[in-house]
Amino acid sequence: MTKTGDPVDTAIDLRDLRFAWGGRRPFSLAVERFELRRGEAVFLQGESGGGKTTLLSLICGINRPAAGHVRVDGTDLGALRGGARDRFRAERIGVIFQMFNLLPYASPLDNILLPLHFAPERRARCGAPREAALHLTDTLGLPRELIEHGTAADLSVGQQQRVAVARALIGQPPLIVADEPTSALDAGAQAAFVDLLFDQVRAAGASLLMVSHDDRLSGHFDRAVRLEEIATVTRSEAA
Amino acid sequence: MILLRLALRSLISRRVTVGLTVLAIALSTALFLGVEKVRTGARASFADTISDTDLILGARTGGVQLLLYSVFRIGNATNNVTWESFEDLASRPEVDWAVPISLGDSHRGFRVMGTTTDYFDRYKYRGGRALSFAEGGRPADLFDAAVGADVARELGYRLGQEIVVAHGLASFTDHDDKPFRVSGILEKTGTPVDRTVIVSLEAIEAIHADWQGGGRSGTPISAAQVRELDLSPRAITAAMIGTSSPLQVFKLQRAINEYPEEPLMAVIPGVALQELWEIVGVAETALLGVSAMVVATALLGMTAMIFSGLNERRREMAIFRAVGARPRTILGMLTLEAALMATAGAALGVILLYTGLWIARPHVDAAFGLYLPIAPLTGRETAGLIAVVIGGTLVGTIPAIRAYRISLADGMTVRS
Ligand SMILES: Nc1ncnc2c1ncn2[C@@H]1O[C@H](COP(=O)(O)OP(=O)(O)O)[C@@H](O)[C@H]1O
Ligand SMILES: [Mg+2]
Repeated sequence: MTKTGDPVDTAIDLRDLRFAWGGRRPFSLAVERFELRRGEAVFLQGESGGGKTTLLSLICGINRPAAGHVRVDGTDLGALRGGARDRFRAERIGVIFQMFNLLPYASPLDNILLPLHFAPERRARCGAPREAALHLTDTLGLPRELIEHGTAADLSVGQQQRVAVARALIGQPPLIVADEPTSALDAGAQAAFVDLLFDQVRAAGASLLMVSHDDRLSGHFDRAVRLEEIATVTRSEAA
Repeated sequence: MILLRLALRSLISRRVTVGLTVLAIALSTALFLGVEKVRTGARASFADTISDTDLILGARTGGVQLLLYSVFRIGNATNNVTWESFEDLASRPEVDWAVPISLGDSHRGFRVMGTTTDYFDRYKYRGGRALSFAEGGRPADLFDAAVGADVARELGYRLGQEIVVAHGLASFTDHDDKPFRVSGILEKTGTPVDRTVIVSLEAIEAIHADWQGGGRSGTPISAAQVRELDLSPRAITAAMIGTSSPLQVFKLQRAINEYPEEPLMAVIPGVALQELWEIVGVAETALLGVSAMVVATALLGMTAMIFSGLNERRREMAIFRAVGARPRTILGMLTLEAALMATAGAALGVILLYTGLWIARPHVDAAFGLYLPIAPLTGRETAGLIAVVIGGTLVGTIPAIRAYRISLADGMTVRS
């Protein structure tokens, strides 16, 4: 039971979250409360090494919190077992990394189609996956020849990031998570990329959470949040 | 299946290391299968060398030894069988036919065998095949010789050619005063007959007529004079015997083994061969064991290669995880990779094996008289191949498990 709002209305709902990395340089993260409504586009700013990627991995269900709840699209990830969580991520979340988004040996098209292999519902939703993928890359302004027959190495960094957008969007998952997707791009290309991302996310009716250490782009978003506002980070430097 | 396609693409993108690894597996597999092929080929060829002969008679010695020198012309007899004993035993009611043979002389590296013309009727190989002549015919005259296919080919002999027989097996003293004439060239058989010069028993007596012990005695006897002498044989090396009924074999064998006049023995060729296999079995097993270890080494090399690549592939694993792959899928992908390499190695190994056999066959035949058949893989060999693939897959799980752990620990962040 949630205190505010209907869980069905939230794309992301975090409660009393606690997580710690072990190892030589322990790092722990606590989030009391964070919500992202359906259809909302939120910018989360935080310092490098501040725990942004860690937080995203909790939202994606790649890592499990030590305590608290992660609810995505109305589903409590804590209630899902490992395999079901991975399947849930495949079905509901599109992920874009900072760089090196693509499997270098595969064609961009195969990269885009890869999530569908793990997400049968998403695959069913796009009908003809190839056509859906090529339609996306067309609207993202990517040359077909390169997409079908090239490899990641044939693409510029900007093109690679757009392929990553297509991979995140294919089959219309309700949530898109982007981990500093613009930091590898030059300043001029960053705004254009974010605009493109926005258009596509809006067109798909998805929610968007983008994290970055650089808040110049925050203006485009419905809401901008600083990691310090929602999370408490503790570090015990042993070195 | 996109995962299979990606695994293949990934392997192709690392083609140099993957190629070398596959080649190592292929070479070791070919070696392993080659040892097995030569082993079974040698056994089959030995087994094919004599058929339809029930017993071999010789002086008392080891059964294997008797078989080796009488049939395979390997090694020498230590003692002879007197002609009287042979005739006495050959006249027993159990005996259907008996062909005496006399060995001990050589001709330019090939054995010379004295026998009767019955040999050409009674000697059978490869499941009952009889000898036949490619050219000419059986020795008719005292100084006629029939030569095996390899003898004729290697020495370039034609019909009617004169040849000189040497005394002993590796001697420089020739019976040059009594040259032979090639009366016939035998068809290739794939048996030691191919490397034998066949003459009559009387001819053996004739060339030794003026010899005693190790040297020439008294006055030389010319080829013309020798024809006047009594050339009936005094001793033979061994004899091939056929019994009138299979039931008589053991009875006759016992009679020969207990022959009171002379220490003799009789062996059943199949039984002696079996004994031989028991002796060489140890060496065969050792050889197979060594080649199996070579395969294992190649597979371990593959594992090491996968291991060493894991670190730089962490990014790739994080991508798989992010798009929804379970850690178990990563485990599966890496195992699949190993399985694909092992399969490719095994397949290439088979190709190398047959190419190798095809190239080596004439040389092995010439050097060892062993004609390796180029036959499809046997059940055992197929099982060996499957074992290579399964073994490769199994050792492939070791780095796969490591990758599984890494991908769990890394999550979405790849830290180097
Ligand atoms: N897989 C991991 N194992 C152990 N520690 C990690 C791991 N990933 C990140 N950390 C630690 O967590 C902290 C936050 O890292 P991260 O979430 O990547 O920050 P950001 O994305 O904001 O740069 C860092 O101190 C890092 O050392
Ligand atoms: Mg990060």
